Amino acid sequence: MVDLSVDCGGIRLANPVMPASGTFASELADIIELQRLGAFVTKTVTPGKRQGNPTPRVSEVPGGMLNSIGIPSKGVDAFIDETIPLYADYDVPLVVSISADTPDGFADICRRVSVPGVAAVEVNISCPNIEDDGRAFAMRPETTLAVMRKLRQATDLPLWAKLTPNTGEIPAVAQAAEEGGADALVVANTILAMSVDIRTRRASLGRVMGGLSGPAIKPIILRMAYQCVRAVQIPVIGCGGIMTAADALEYLIVGCRAVQVGTATFVHPGAMLTVIDGLEDYCRQNGIDRIADLTGTLSAEAHDASLEWEAIA
Amino acid sequence: MQATPHPLPSPTPLAPPRAGEFDARIVSNEPVNAEYRLMTVEVPDGAAEARPGQFFQILCPHSGALQPFFRRPMSIYRIDPAAGQLSFLYKVTGTGTRTMAELEPDATINLFGPLGNGFTLPEDGAPIVLLGRGVGLATMAPLVPFARKAGHAVTAILSARTPELVMSEAEFVDAGANVLAVTDSQGTSAVENVEDMLHGLHAEGRLGALYVCGSNRLMLAAQRVARRLGLFGEAALEQQMACGVGMCFCCVRPFRQGDEIVHRRVCSEGPVFPLLEALEW
Repeated sequence: MVDLSVDCGGIRLANPVMPASGTFASELADIIELQRLGAFVTKTVTPGKRQGNPTPRVSEVPGGMLNSIGIPSKGVDAFIDETIPLYADYDVPLVVSISADTPDGFADICRRVSVPGVAAVEVNISCPNIEDDGRAFAMRPETTLAVMRKLRQATDLPLWAKLTPNTGEIPAVAQAAEEGGADALVVANTILAMSVDIRTRRASLGRVMGGLSGPAIKPIILRMAYQCVRAVQIPVIGCGGIMTAADALEYLIVGCRAVQVGTATFVHPGAMLTVIDGLEDYCRQNGIDRIADLTGTLSAEAHDASLEWEAIA
Repeated sequence: MQATPHPLPSPTPLAPPRAGEFDARIVSNEPVNAEYRLMTVEVPDGAAEARPGQFFQILCPHSGALQPFFRRPMSIYRIDPAAGQLSFLYKVTGTGTRTMAELEPDATINLFGPLGNGFTLPEDGAPIVLLGRGVGLATMAPLVPFARKAGHAVTAILSARTPELVMSEAEFVDAGANVLAVTDSQGTSAVENVEDMLHGLHAEGRLGALYVCGSNRLMLAAQRVARRLGLFGEAALEQQMACGVGMCFCCVRPFRQGDEIVHRRVCSEGPVFPLLEALEW
């Protein structure tokens, strides 16, 4: 029996697999066994109602998706009254994702969602779709530190900072989040991107630019997760392009404590469960009793070219 | 004219089957004209109990340079619970439908569904009229046997560019619908003419509820007629989708709700909506 449980940013998870914010809702309960997930992560909630961005909100690219949803939200009051109770009957930690326009706004909504039934707060300081040209707090260390300090004062719950891959200085942003009081980092949100329909010469998305997710971005986000692992002491949760257990294993091996699966669920609604099963199989086949022991086991041994050629031949 | 509104239908008596992901064997996958193909698949128990208006998310295979990423939502064209078969009528337009078109009988294709809310019928056995154009006809087709079985007389107005492109006329007739075809080339498909036809059908006692799919202009015409005559109606709508179950909020469209304009998800709150609440696109 493999022990899949992990300690992750102030909470204990039965296994290291959870949904990425925005790719999960209670509707999934009709389709998969939600009780098997390591945690639930809600779609980002904002203080007030938001309509979201104009359509088209989604476009397909090779190996992934572009989206510009723009965080439609029913507001924090309705969220507390209607959404949080939906998960009360599950024995799975509930992580609430929040966003706001200002550090004070972030602190206020953080305080308000710190209610019984919520295990941790994920702070979305990285959405590329609500600020001009993808500007977000996590683009720079200074703004990250400022907002995280406000958030830290607002709650006793574990705080997970979701970072953006659109910054050129992710290790410094990761350190700023840690210094500001984050209990874990989620690496990362989507990559600011665009595509054009050459027949109409219009941008594929209604808002022109949007966030790229899916397997196309995995090598980039994996690199960033690795950089963050080396930059901070707090756990890093890998999030970017995980479609299979093999993808999740790469994140764990470079040092992530847990993973979030997002876009994959849109293609295969059971993707998270397949990843959990695959992690267990890998541990069993490789004599690993505790999956936590796999984290950060990236080998520094010299390459054996013959073996590697065999693997891709 | 005094409007005689039909009562709103009661909630669906049979809950639709739980959605699932499964591999289906392809029975046939044939062209029906220059643009459209018909795929029939064998599905597991339950999936063939899908309701008209519901849809499946189809995982289109990769083929050479064509690598569709998302599933493609397709409404159900024919439901055959006895044979355990479902059919999809699809237009070959882009990456996904092109690789779908290449599949041979006995190959398998991965489906996820049935999803969304299907059509509802008025409680009082009122005669119904279906109004469709293009691929909207595919969505309407299974409503004919469903409504006939429930005791409703069915008239279908099928709109197309030319008489040759009027699809599925036989499908509608065989299922027991009176079919009226209107086409651009014959100058009969203009909305004014369709509205006149609807008023004529109402005068003959053949229009008690109205269903529309596949054309913005026809939907607006249907709304005008339904409002004028106080009719129950439903519109099946389309929008680009990703997840198909309500999680991603990609497929929203605007709707009228009282004095407000609200966004609803076509996949999970539709794709069938109250006719008068749908806004044009």
